[in-house]
Amino acid sequence: METYYKPEDLLKFEEIGKEAPELAKKFFDYYAAVFAEGELTEREKALIALAVAHAVQCPYCIDAYTKGCLEKGASPAEMTEAVHVVTAIRGGASLVHGVQMRNIVEKLSM
Amino acid sequence: MLQWNRTMEVSPFKSTLAEHNLALVRRPTDTLQVNLGYLCNQVCKHCHLDAGPGRTENMDAETVEEVVAYAARGSFKTVDITGGAPEMNPHLVGLIEKLSSIGSKIMLRSNLTALKERMDQLIGPLKSNGVAIITSFPSLNEFQTDSQRGKGTFDETIETIRILNQKGYGGDGNGLELNLVSNPTGAFLPSSQEQAEKRFHAILEKKWGIRFNSLYNFANVPLGRFRRWLVKSGNFESYMQKLVSSFNPCAVEGLMCRTLLSVSWDGYLYDCDFNLARGLPMCGKKIHISEMPGPPEPETPIATADHCYTCTAGAGFT
Repeated sequence: METYYKPEDLLKFEEIGKEAPELAKKFFDYYAAVFAEGELTEREKALIALAVAHAVQCPYCIDAYTKGCLEKGASPAEMTEAVHVVTAIRGGASLVHGVQMRNIVEKLSM
Repeated sequence: MLQWNRTMEVSPFKSTLAEHNLALVRRPTDTLQVNLGYLCNQVCKHCHLDAGPGRTENMDAETVEEVVAYAARGSFKTVDITGGAPEMNPHLVGLIEKLSSIGSKIMLRSNLTALKERMDQLIGPLKSNGVAIITSFPSLNEFQTDSQRGKGTFDETIETIRILNQKGYGGDGNGLELNLVSNPTGAFLPSSQEQAEKRFHAILEKKWGIRFNSLYNFANVPLGRFRRWLVKSGNFESYMQKLVSSFNPCAVEGLMCRTLLSVSWDGYLYDCDFNLARGLPMCGKKIHISEMPGPPEPETPIATADHCYTCTAGAGFT
């Protein structure tokens, strides 16, 4: 069956550097620096990345960071909580705009 | 850091060593690892030996005597007792006492559930002979641990560590070492050993009030029950590719097979427990310990196969 997303395409990511190689190098160097141990541990960063992957719904990132989180010692329970953090923020972002809705209702209503 | 590399074919381990101008040979051997047999009370999914309750291979009294004699001839600094579950061998205490009298430092690899069942008879000899206990602790998560080692093993391990702490193990400076080995609970590589050790110390103390000395991470070796699980779950090829693509030539220098010699339950010699599991004898032929005058000579070549990629992946595992 034809599909837009194929897991094996993730392994071809570096080919994006075949055009505009300098930009690709800057991006991958920055990427590596971002995920290196800093004030946050590599494990904490992997969990954040997993959460963001779900927020932007990137199947490549979900694939990569699920494996990355396991390799950094995160448990499925921790990873599930991270996905719930995403859900709470995304849901909350919609819900809080309800305040704007209510402001307009109040202005227009008797 | 994630690797965006293309898929690779698996090269024979020997070829990879040659490409890096490396040869895997022995240094002076200082550790004798004694496998007391494949009988075990658990059926862990990551077991490279396929150990379990149904196994009948168990070192007999005669071979135990030969092991002690060889340990004396070889003047090994450390004797590392493993299995299966070594506690299920009736000659364990005798072996420990005799090895101790010849001056070797002794380590006992225990799954702790077998030790808990025999605590009253074993704790005295373990303490009086200063035996270091090294146990499996794959994850701080109960679900992950039980999925690898069996239902209830997480709780039982915590409880046994608590008992061992009360008996003096795992403290500072009293010589009764309690160390943990953490294997991943699936087809992925372990996290950083230093970071894992810090986390385990902090969380085991905070959540359960228990302590240990050191933690060692070890990748799962694609042999035995783990290999069959890899194949059945469709993870074998990707796991092997992961091991191969993570090959670190710098890890070859510190590989444990360079200074360790493994003896099987029936007295034959292997370069390590994984080669034992694979049926790859030292020097390519079955040599019984009774035939060996002492440790193997330095520069003796070490037998290798594709499972060796496990110990050379990433930072390496010793």
